[in-house]
Amino acid sequence: MRIALFAAAAVLAAFPAAADEAAIQLKPGPGLDKVQGNCGACHSLDYIQMNSPFLNAAGWNAEVAKMMKAFGAPISDADAKAIADYLAKNYGT
Amino acid sequence: MLTRRRLLEAAGTGLALAGSGLDFPRSLKARAAGVELTPGVPAGLDTSARMEALPGKKPLIKLSYRPPNYESPLEYFRTPITPNDQFFVRYHLSDIPDVDAKTYKIAVGGDGANGQAELTLDDLKAMPASEVIAVNQCSGNRRGLSQPHVAGVEWGYGAMGCARWRGAKLKDVLDKVGLKKEAIEVAFNGAEGPAYDKTPDFVKSLPVWKAIDESTLIAYEMNGAPLPHFNGFPARLIVPGWTGTYWMKHLISINVRTQPLNNFWMNPAYRIPVGLFPVVARFVSQENATSTPITEMVVNSLITSHADGAKVKRGKVTVSGLAWDGGYGIRTVEASVDGGKTWSAATLGDDLGRYAFRPWSFPLAAKRGKNTVMVNATNKIGQTQTATLLFNGAGYHNNVMQSITLEAA
Repeated sequence: MRIALFAAAAVLAAFPAAADEAAIQLKPGPGLDKVQGNCGACHSLDYIQMNSPFLNAAGWNAEVAKMMKAFGAPISDADAKAIADYLAKNYGT
Repeated sequence: MLTRRRLLEAAGTGLALAGSGLDFPRSLKARAAGVELTPGVPAGLDTSARMEALPGKKPLIKLSYRPPNYESPLEYFRTPITPNDQFFVRYHLSDIPDVDAKTYKIAVGGDGANGQAELTLDDLKAMPASEVIAVNQCSGNRRGLSQPHVAGVEWGYGAMGCARWRGAKLKDVLDKVGLKKEAIEVAFNGAEGPAYDKTPDFVKSLPVWKAIDESTLIAYEMNGAPLPHFNGFPARLIVPGWTGTYWMKHLISINVRTQPLNNFWMNPAYRIPVGLFPVVARFVSQENATSTPITEMVVNSLITSHADGAKVKRGKVTVSGLAWDGGYGIRTVEASVDGGKTWSAATLGDDLGRYAFRPWSFPLAAKRGKNTVMVNATNKIGQTQTATLLFNGAGYHNNVMQSITLEAA
């Protein structure tokens, strides 16, 4: 995780438009900190807004699982559940 | 329900909807955010999409910052050649280096090659140069219009562009190392990498037959200028007729293979169901019983003179746009003003080659009130656009005939 965050920080530093990324505001709610810490390590959080609101809870579960299995995201099971719950509640159908 | 953000946007543009309890009509929402979103994309984009100019680019519709995914707005498609600073940007991975042209090299080799080579940018430029005008369209262009919506980058109409590409033939580069007769695929890697080292690097392969096609290039020029950073500087693969997933940017390695490339980006990504689309070009070494890699683009068209809902004057209105396909060439573009019951031929514009955008125009006799215009392109092998969506889970190959309504006063 540390490596991932470091890499993300390096990318942010190298990419001038990234200042705008900080302005992305996801809806407040339980699990948002896990979303920011885990999802935000590899991609900007506008991906979440863009992919809403059409996924149901199963759909968001599948997205989180894809990030872990296909993209290797090192997310703990507890965090994965918190993230999927947050996404389904705030960005789901 | 109106969100606070939408209320603020409404206030900023003088719309007096506060407290009305009504949601914005879709086109007003998009306008309030200063972004002309394609009608039908997920509503979440109303909140997140922005007009943003990346370094060296005019404002594009920002769909995601990191990795950067930016599409061209409709107004950038009013010419058959898309200017470099208006060309869309698409990345899978976010660690994108500024490649130094002086130290840049492409490594060529692999178990299907007889030898190895390393090419600098000067080496590439010293080789015989070829040019092709070709459409580069993201496989997922129009994914955002899928019904039901499917997850991914929710592109509207603008994940495409057409440029004059100049570079060395890939075939000539492969000739430097020589292909063994067992060679079946050629794999390509670009300089960008993932933010996290467990994420699969973006590596793609082509079947040998497409790799050695005379039109497949390693381009170092786009519309007479060096490639923009965000379009693959200093050199990228040009695969005319095929979707953008194969057009590797910042190309740094070419591997000739005797075995199929087996990675996430070849399977399960970028696959279409077997038999769903009328594509001719096959990628046999990657096929299985149920799915096959996306290959050539399906025939398609876009009205670019007017957005849906645009206001026009009564009388003659020239409706124009672009048509393109997987490289067979456009035979006809037809327009219908009665919902598809009868069709009239549009006038085709300059033919810039079979891989290029083909401009077309159609004189509409606009009557007071709503006028609908539908468009359908047919290519030279008789393929046409579809009346209804051929749904697939990744949202590829959406070539549903577009229909727009123009309001004449």
